[in-house]
Amino acid sequence: MLIAIFALAALGAALGMLLGVANRLLRVEGNPIVEELVAIMPGSNCGQCGFPGCTGAAEAIVDGSAAPTCCPPGGKALAAAIAAKLGLTLDLTAIRDEGPKIATVAEELCIGCCRCSKVCPTDAIIGAAKQIHNVMREACTGCSSCIETCPTEALVMKPVPVTLQHWVMPKPALA
Amino acid sequence: MKDILLLLLSTALVNNVVLIKFLGLCPVMGVSKSMDSAFGMGLATTFVLTLASAASWMLDNWLLQPLGLGYLRILTFILVIASVVQFTEMFIKKSSPGLYQSLGIYLPLITTNCAVLGVALLNVEQHFGLFKSLLYGFGSALGFTLVLLIFAGLRERVALARVPAAFAGAPVAFVTISLLAMAFMGFSGLNV
Repeated sequence: MLIAIFALAALGAALGMLLGVANRLLRVEGNPIVEELVAIMPGSNCGQCGFPGCTGAAEAIVDGSAAPTCCPPGGKALAAAIAAKLGLTLDLTAIRDEGPKIATVAEELCIGCCRCSKVCPTDAIIGAAKQIHNVMREACTGCSSCIETCPTEALVMKPVPVTLQHWVMPKPALA
Repeated sequence: MKDILLLLLSTALVNNVVLIKFLGLCPVMGVSKSMDSAFGMGLATTFVLTLASAASWMLDNWLLQPLGLGYLRILTFILVIASVVQFTEMFIKKSSPGLYQSLGIYLPLITTNCAVLGVALLNVEQHFGLFKSLLYGFGSALGFTLVLLIFAGLRERVALARVPAAFAGAPVAFVTISLLAMAFMGFSGLNV
């Protein structure tokens, strides 16, 4: 028993080391700008932009075949950040953006069918079959993939609720 | 020398890994749409199969059997095969990005190609030496590549032919490969 555990652990460690060394030697340098863009994108690979995942969208933005505004969950803030990174000028007023939104479940409509939790790219929807589901606010990226799958329209996008942790005092308005 | 040739001939043709033993059918159906990717897949699988059968022989004879751990055979073989595939993937990504693109998801799927594990296990069953198991793996891989190339060529022709709507796509491919399997059964009459 102990011999078996030790032998397999040693084998796994040796193979892991080998692959680690190979990874160093055979590393392929990607485009650093693409990697920077991927780092600031939502990273949930929701596919609303029409590209295969956030990496595909970042590559398309860098080579100019997609606009920096192509990411719906990222909204205005992301478009501005990408434009600043690439040195582009953008007309941000054209983007309709009502601030960040997340999905919420209307408890009285949810039938617990689990369809929404299957499509959620970040596993933000919890709840078992025939139990009322709920969305974890911290995990939801607002990609709205789940909205269309809900048979009872219990899922709606709502603005992120203001909590004590991220409430900011509004700027004084002109009289 | 005669031994070597006979072993290669019997593994590649008479006991063909795809059409006689029916192992590794997933890549044969999946990557046989064009000759180019079929050739690349055949090369990658040849590399992995040969290396994996040698590595698994070494592990079996130098680690598992001396320690009496024969029951861990499948587990260790899978571990070794997965590492060899990962290594191959890194190598191909570095050396030829075009091939890497065209193989796509089927490259990591060599890990779960049952032909690779099957050949490694058959090697153990037949008590071959290191060189012979290396040859056995290489011969099987040759047979795999041969079938993949023939089938890809056939499918390229079939894609241009007028196929009844009910048979278009996968069904006609299955019919084609069953005919190919019957043709390969003829090799069992080969007196080796």
